[in-house]
Order: sequence, then C-alpha cells, then structure tokens
Amino acid sequence: MVKEFILNLKDVSVSFEGFLALNNLNLKLTKGELRAVIGPNGAGKTTFLDVITGKVKPTKGDVFFKGKSLVGKKEHKIARIGVGRKFQSPRVFENLSVQENLEISVSQYSSTIKLIANKPSENKLEEVNKLMKIVNLSSKSEIKAGSLSHGQKQWLEIAMLLGQKPSLMLIDEPVAGLTDEETELTADLLKSLSGENTVLVIDHDMEFIRRLESNVTVLNQGSVLCEGSMDKIQSDPKVIEVYLGKQEDL
Amino acid sequence: MKLSKKYISYLWWAIALALFIAMPSLVSDSRLKILGKCLSLGIVALGIDLSWGFTGLLSLGQGIFFSLGGYAIAMFLQLNSLKEGIPEFFGLYGVRELPFFWEPFKSPLFTLIAIWLIPGLIAGLIGYLVFRNRIKGVYFSILTQAALLVFFNFFNGQQKLINGTNGLPTPNTILFGTMVGDPLIQKYFYYLSGILVILFYLFSKWLVSKRFGSILIGIRDDEPRIRFSGYNPVLFKTLIFAFAGCLAGISGALFTVQADLISPQYMRVPFSIEMVIWVAVGGRGTLLGAILGAFFIRLGESFVQGLIPGGWIFIQGGLFILVVTILPEGVIGWINNGGPRNLLTRFGVKRFIATYPSLEANKKEGI
Repeated sequence: MVKEFILNLKDVSVSFEGFLALNNLNLKLTKGELRAVIGPNGAGKTTFLDVITGKVKPTKGDVFFKGKSLVGKKEHKIARIGVGRKFQSPRVFENLSVQENLEISVSQYSSTIKLIANKPSENKLEEVNKLMKIVNLSSKSEIKAGSLSHGQKQWLEIAMLLGQKPSLMLIDEPVAGLTDEETELTADLLKSLSGENTVLVIDHDMEFIRRLESNVTVLNQGSVLCEGSMDKIQSDPKVIEVYLGKQEDL
Repeated sequence: MKLSKKYISYLWWAIALALFIAMPSLVSDSRLKILGKCLSLGIVALGIDLSWGFTGLLSLGQGIFFSLGGYAIAMFLQLNSLKEGIPEFFGLYGVRELPFFWEPFKSPLFTLIAIWLIPGLIAGLIGYLVFRNRIKGVYFSILTQAALLVFFNFFNGQQKLINGTNGLPTPNTILFGTMVGDPLIQKYFYYLSGILVILFYLFSKWLVSKRFGSILIGIRDDEPRIRFSGYNPVLFKTLIFAFAGCLAGISGALFTVQADLISPQYMRVPFSIEMVIWVAVGGRGTLLGAILGAFFIRLGESFVQGLIPGGWIFIQGGLFILVVTILPEGVIGWINNGGPRNLLTRFGVKRFIATYPSLEANKKEGI
C-alpha cells in the first residue's frame, strides 16, 4: 500500500546570499501523524516552516501538500488550503480582544461583504466559545490580547490556529515560557489533535518532546540528521554530538 | 458609573447638535461659511483616520483626492451657469472648444457620482499597485507624496484644460437658479456638511465595529500574521484606501463650494500634511478625534490668522510637537484612556475607587 503523504519536502534548499539555510532537506509526513522536529540553533527549523507557509521561496526543490506543489503560492492561499502556523513568539493581535482575535481566525472563508456587514454567525460564535473553553480564556473574552500573560498569549495563539481548522498544523515552540503544568496540558492537547489533523511541532524542550510520544526528526545545518523515536534519537551518536552534547564530557 | 458616562456623552452630542442647528442664526454669514468649511474638512480627516489610524497606511497625498472632488463640482458649476458657449476663462488661452473630459460634467447626476467615484477609483488604483508589491510604511507615504506632486504639477500647468494655477472659482456660478455665493445656498452647504460629517462618522464607526475592522487593526499591527490567518491584506488595504479617497473627494467638493475656489494650491504638500496633523492631534484610531481635530484646528487657524497674520504656522507646529511628545494618542485618545482623571490624581484629587457596596453605603450613612 502506498502511504499517503500529506506533506512532502523534496530536496529543498534555501540559500540566503550563499548561506545555505536548508540543504537538500527531505521530509515526509503521513496523514494524522504527530511529528516533533528538533535541532540546534541555526539548524534551519524556522526557515523550514517559512518554506512550507510560503514566506520564503526555496532556491531548489519542491514542497508538496496533499500532492500539490506549494511553491510560488501566496501565504494567504496556503493558509486557506489548510496549512496553519503558530509562531515562535506568540503573535496575537494585541489591540484586539480575545474574542475578536478568535473571530478573525474562524472567519477566513467568509466573504468580504459578510466581514463588513455581518456579525459572526451563531455557529462561528459557538466555535469561538468552544475554543476559549479549550484554552481556558472564557473569562477573558473581552480583554485585549495585549494584556494577557505570556502563557495565555501562547494558548490564545494555539486556539487561533485551531480556529483556522488546518489539516496541517505547524507549531513553533509552543511551550516556551509556559509553566510545567501548562506544558503538560499543551502536550496532551497536541496529542489529542493528531490523528484527525497532522501536527508538526518544533521545540527545544526535551521533556515536552518525550511527552508527545511521537517520531522525532533532528535537523542540523539545514538537512535531516536522523529520524526515529525519542529513544533511538537519544542514543544516536551523531545526534549526541551536535545537539544533546556528549554525555561523557559532562 | 458606566451609565452616567453614557449620559454625559449623550449630553455632549445634544449640545453639539443644538449648536449646529442654531448656529446660522447666531453668527454672521461669513463666519458661518468658515464653520461649514471646517465641518467639511472633518470628512477627509475621517478617511485619513480609517486608513492611517486603523490600517496603518499613512497617506501624505490625500490632497489629490480632495482636489479631484473639488474640481468635479467646480467644473459642473461652471458649465451649469452657462447660457451658451464655454466658460469664460478658456477665451484667455484661445481655447474655442470645450475639452472632452468636461462634457460629462454637464450632467448633475454624473457629477454627484464623479465627486466620490473618481477619487475613489484613483485611490484604489494607486493603492492596489503599491500594496500588491508589498510596499509598506514610510515608502508608501513617500509614494503618495510623489503622486501628489505629479498631480499638482499637472493641474498647475494645464491652463488650457482646467485654468491652471488660477483654479476654478465658484461663487458666481449658478445652482438651482441662485448664485452659489448667496448666503442662503451657503447655509444649505453648511447644513449639508454637518449632516454628512455625522452620517459618515456613524458609518465609519459601524464599519470598524465588525470583523472587517478587526482585520484592519490586525493589518496595522501585524500584517504577516493576517496573511497566515488566510486573509489577503491587499484586498482590505485597497478597499479602505479607496474609501478614504471617496471621503476625501466628498470633503473636497463641499469645501470648494464654501471656499469659493478650487485651485492646485490644495494639492500642495503642506495642506496634505496638515490633514494628517488634524488626525494626530485629535487622536488617531478614534474617528471622533479626527473630525474634532480637523474642525477645531481649522477654526483656530482662521481665528488666529485674523489676529496675528502668519502666526498660525507656529501654533500648528507647536501643537504637533505637543501631541507627539505629551499626548501620543491625541486628545480624544487621551480622554478615552482616562487622561483627565490621571491628571486630577496628579494634582492630589483622590481617585474614586469602587469597593464593596456595603462599605460605601456605610460610609455615606456615617455609621
């Protein structure tokens, strides 16, 4: 049986004025998979997301989403066909309330006329309420997102991502700055999302990655160094050298 | 507490409306004309607030759209007051035939549409080309100013087409069988300016209250994020900039008939920058601030010009510096954010703090 790959990066290279941020990167995600991506600073993790979401055009190679190439498509078009992204530092609209932030994220398919003339439909409002419940922000719906705490902003952004209903979620460092308890909750949330959605998580936090119980891809210098379960990764000598640090040195 | 705040704002509105209606019988005809002009400028300021205050598009070329609206109405009035032939000034340059683009302005209906549609379309076109290429921030401002200079030089140099630097005067033209400069007609224009500025204020407020408004603010604060949320910012920016152009055209038309003249001087750079100052001083992103800023600064200008000719420019510069350094949110923004209350606290007036109702009740009864 041929496995269906929802995301397929083929020999992708990105060069910034001669510097290779990505170097012949190959990566495949099957539908419903939860995948963690780790790598040292400068390994190309964020560039890799930029290539998928259309912010950066690959110098070489191609990116396929559901069998169709994403290269050359505009960011908003890629978002509309089902690729959602959460940024490294939380990027929420600080001058809008929690409710308004989520209304934007659930309305991407509404026509402009509707956005101008109508309030969100009952369904959409219900969806917004549901999202606020998931991330525990129901009591803060009228509060400006700018006055939320860092952790709450992270969660709001995750809720905004869910609101877009993407079939592929790209999540960049979701637990940076979260408490241990919040980190656990986030891990559980991401785990529950996979299956129906395909989730790709980038993070540094080893405990968090372990908790995801997913396959791990290690990036280094713009290409894939190693792929496999967390245990396999942690025992791989190459990975230990570049990323985890040599144990015997400690 | 909240309720009383609402009543206070109703009270302000009632006072403003009463003054607006009673004004023609309180002041002389020439003063009324000044008030009408100031009101009409509130409309262009509203457009600037929508595009700059809400969407972050700082246009330094609103004078283009403003003047286009003014020229549209002035061309109509010139043609409307003719019994035969072509407007007199053409004779000075030996022009015998009406230039082709004057023809449609014989129709009042066409003119009524052209006043807002032509500036709107041009704004939309300029906006689309700029936004599509992802030109943002200060580069956008510079481009709009460059466009302003292009229009200024064109209108200034074309005597044979639109009387060049002399512009088109309106007071001796005829509308509804009366001279446009007639006090009665001017009173109607005063009322029309006031009514339109209120209507457009309410419309703009409605426009930004929905998701569309949230997206505009989103574009201002973090445009790439809006893209990744699945919206095309080019569409929204073009729409709002075109709408600001429409408002500028309407404002220009109303201003022209009360200022007696439209000429390329309204396409000069300082005038377009002045418009931005009105909005900055009044408070950007507040809508009401834009209107009040335009109204009172312009009113102050004509008042001060009477006392110390040439002195206004210093006061205006001072105002702008004051706002940038002390009131970055503008006057209305400062009031909305509790500024007056904070000022009182600074002078030792204690802030009223809501505590448990029972405690307050006890204090009041002196138990």
